[in-house]
Amino acid sequence: MNDITQGLLAALRLIVTFDAELWEISLRSLQVSLTAVIIASAVAMPFGAFLAVQRFKYRRLVISIMNALMGLPPVVVGLIFYILLSRSGPFGVFGLLFTPWAMIIVQIVIITPIIASISHQAMRELWAEYHDLLISLNASKWQRIKTLIWDGRRNLLTAGLAGFGRAIGEVGAIMIVGGNIEHATRVLTTAIALETGKGDFALALGLGFVLIGLALFVNISIHWLSRTEREGRW
Amino acid sequence: MIRSLVFAGFLCSATLAQSDTLKLAVTTSFENSGLADVLLPEIEADLGIDLQLLVVGTGQALRLGEAGDVDAILVHSRASEEAFVANGLGTHRRKIMYNDFVLIGPKSDKAQIGATSGAAESLQRIADAQATYVSRGDDSGTHKAELKVWQIAERDPAKFGSWYNAVGAGMGAALNTASALNAYILSDRASWLNFKNKGDLALLFSGDPVLFNQYAYLPVNPARHPTVQYEMAMQLEEWLLSDKSAALINTYQINGETLFVFNGQQ
Repeated sequence: MNDITQGLLAALRLIVTFDAELWEISLRSLQVSLTAVIIASAVAMPFGAFLAVQRFKYRRLVISIMNALMGLPPVVVGLIFYILLSRSGPFGVFGLLFTPWAMIIVQIVIITPIIASISHQAMRELWAEYHDLLISLNASKWQRIKTLIWDGRRNLLTAGLAGFGRAIGEVGAIMIVGGNIEHATRVLTTAIALETGKGDFALALGLGFVLIGLALFVNISIHWLSRTEREGRW
Repeated sequence: MIRSLVFAGFLCSATLAQSDTLKLAVTTSFENSGLADVLLPEIEADLGIDLQLLVVGTGQALRLGEAGDVDAILVHSRASEEAFVANGLGTHRRKIMYNDFVLIGPKSDKAQIGATSGAAESLQRIADAQATYVSRGDDSGTHKAELKVWQIAERDPAKFGSWYNAVGAGMGAALNTASALNAYILSDRASWLNFKNKGDLALLFSGDPVLFNQYAYLPVNPARHPTVQYEMAMQLEEWLLSDKSAALINTYQINGETLFVFNGQQ
């Protein structure tokens, strides 16, 4: 228990003193994970809506695969992308390995199935409600998808936030493709792993509390910006 | 939503671009020693190089060098290093400095390893007493050094019982495990001195020449990987072998103890 108190104190100390390194790695964590969430959402949300609206032969199979991919082990994704992005790998010429972009790419791969699955679930329920109306209005497929996405935006927000939660707390994949390089690819989770390795549990826990606080802050500010979860506006 | 998009876009554009940098794979034990924090600012000031350290085990460092993903490596496993150069993956191997491995264990020292004539005898006593032991088990330089001592002690870790825990983790994680199990472990001195979760563990044995730990610098062969920054890697080598670097390495101390001995040849 003493370690946890020490951790809280360490977190407070880091925040109160505006520790430069803490700011740097926190901002990089946000930058990498938000970029990944935005790119993944741009693909996954329309795809989830499409799966709800469109009937085709292998639809069930696609949905099953998508759901199964939610459990992708990050360390395997990291290793595969290490091999792909390595100088000796097929995409080595781009020199992306050990840069924030490599971390963004693996996070996109890890969170796209999650966002797509939750989006699909939400869109399916909405589609059951809107089906007759949209068909009778003779709306085109793209118009149906747009309507579903707009009217289901609150649920999609949940999908996006679930993806963000997985991305910001992820360590296995970004450790391999990012390399935890100081001032280049070190983020909160890899810094926590590093400090744990050094046996400095107080600092590691302190960083952990900062990470939790950051996730809370992002969630609350997005709800505030989109005016959800307010009285009278569920 | 749009506001958050704009915000994220701003964040992306801010710092993703990277300039020309030198990537050096180093072992966890070197990073944990804290010496990197002393050398790095001096290197950046003197050479104007943005030196990026990838802290990995020796095995992974050699793989990164083989793939051309780093420009040079600084590791401590002589046999693997010589094979690396012999296979044309690195241009040469340059000795820089050494420190030593130490045997850590519970203060009560159940196996009585403190009062022996050599490291091999200490390990024999641990095996005979079947005292709980934590091994790196990750093919790192430290792990290879440990296996070498087991070989001298004429004991085969493959045949050990449940008291022998190969954790397959870095030095810090392995020390955390040893601290939790109150177990014996072989560590490099630097990682041990800087380790903050010592618990009931203490340094029990050191000083046997078989435990000396030589660090060497190997630039990756530019003939195999044209993208490596060979010129910068050579500048760094020259700096590491300089008098200034020797002085910084020889005077580096933790808790009043000298850790490294410079033995590079210009």
